[in-house]
Amino acid sequence: MPRFRYPTPPPSEITPEGVFLGRRELMRGALAAATALVTGCDREPAAAPVTAPAPTADPRYASAAPSPYSTTEPKTDYDDVTSYNNYYEFGTGKGDPAKHAVGFAARPWTVEIAGEVEAPGRHDVDTLVAPHTLEERVYRLRCVEAWSMVIPWIGVPLASVLARARPTSRAKYVAFTTLHDLDRMPGQRRGVLDWPYVEGLRIDEAMHPLTILAVGLYGRELPNPNGAPIRLVVPWKYGYKSIKGIVKIALVERQPPTSWNEAAPREYGFYSNVNPAVRHPRWSQKSERRIAAGSGIFGSRIATLPFNGYAELVAPLYAGMDLVEFH
Amino acid sequence: MHALCALPFLLLVADAVRDTLGADPVAEITHRTGIWALRLLLVTLAVTPLRRLTGLAELVRYRRMLGLWAFFYATTHFATYLVLDLGGYWPQIFEDVVDRPFVTVGFLAWLLLVPLAATSTKAMMRRLGRNWSRLHRAVYVIAGLAVLHFVWLVKMGKEIARLEPLVYAGILAILLSARVALAVVARLRRPQAPPRRA
Repeated sequence: MPRFRYPTPPPSEITPEGVFLGRRELMRGALAAATALVTGCDREPAAAPVTAPAPTADPRYASAAPSPYSTTEPKTDYDDVTSYNNYYEFGTGKGDPAKHAVGFAARPWTVEIAGEVEAPGRHDVDTLVAPHTLEERVYRLRCVEAWSMVIPWIGVPLASVLARARPTSRAKYVAFTTLHDLDRMPGQRRGVLDWPYVEGLRIDEAMHPLTILAVGLYGRELPNPNGAPIRLVVPWKYGYKSIKGIVKIALVERQPPTSWNEAAPREYGFYSNVNPAVRHPRWSQKSERRIAAGSGIFGSRIATLPFNGYAELVAPLYAGMDLVEFH
Repeated sequence: MHALCALPFLLLVADAVRDTLGADPVAEITHRTGIWALRLLLVTLAVTPLRRLTGLAELVRYRRMLGLWAFFYATTHFATYLVLDLGGYWPQIFEDVVDRPFVTVGFLAWLLLVPLAATSTKAMMRRLGRNWSRLHRAVYVIAGLAVLHFVWLVKMGKEIARLEPLVYAGILAILLSARVALAVVARLRRPQAPPRRA
């Protein structure tokens, strides 16, 4: 098999942080005066970015090691990544997590490792991740709603964390659970999904080098709307598989329940691999709207790739499996 | 009144220019044009019951204008979907219209609005005569399809992810029952009681 060389962006390509974060401010300021007369009154748009202070750049996150698994495609603005989220624990509107997760305390935080492992235990989230080198993984994130982003996550391979717990031979799947706390997560008062949010992967999917536990993005600590303090990122599957706010990781023998599959089995399967050939009852999955620099109101639609463009790396996991039946 | 109806569109354009539509501007434009089409459609349906309740005949003057503005927003909504959203991926339209119920009913609602918009002039009213009223009764069906379009497009978990579409369904139900109630009352009043003897 020919050796595939993954492109590695040189540090000189990285946009200076100040410019990147200030772009929208500059544009807004320049046009605000001109359009103030037209609109008359100053109306708050429905989807304004979060006004909470961004987490300060932490040197540990800022110096995360680059990875050959990163893409070189244009990234999604930090403002957009942190203000346009599906995190129903904080409300079902795209802007709700940014609004309602402002005061959410992501520390202290315990993650339980349980099930078919030789070394189960409860770990402080920072202690859990500390032994491993933080990597920056610039991944495509494809929502089942047919929009996508390109996000520079900071995290560690899930495989490394699980290896320390020493899974037994009976570990066939990995089950994840989110925090369940109606006071801290007011969106859980609505029954759109059963709480707590649960997700699962097959053991080989969990051990795949692409699968990471993310604790940061854009060189800083993971913001609350994105699943602070720790979340899963499985870039070749629809975004709802990348469970946020994880409190428990259990190695199990049988395929675990997953929240969206439980709530609407006709729409959401267990594997949820991004696949333009698998018909979805609600949205066509053949194409998607990319939310990133360079795509705006015009021309943001692009073709959806099998496995979200990670086919070369993950298709072998599913060799011989009917991808339509096991979607 | 025209200024009021145009205002949401102008604000939308202003937001688009200032890039304050959020992360997914196309989704936001689609949502706002659709919501104003639905709102104006429901306001149009509210005119006749309001007139019967208040006795203000001049309200009917606004009905045509409101209906046409609803058509404007609905057309902009459809155009946004075709041009801004799907862009070059036009073959996907056929799949969407045929295969996804919420798109089917939305498209039907817009399609039915076209003849209504085309026959909205006074000249057309005269030309069609009684058939004009019959044709324009389609607005009930259109409103129902539009509400269904909104209810069906919102993500469903164990229950609907956002309650907003149900609010509009409720408003439509109230408007339709108001019409039925007023029609019933009018019919009850018709057989005149004999004049009281002096």
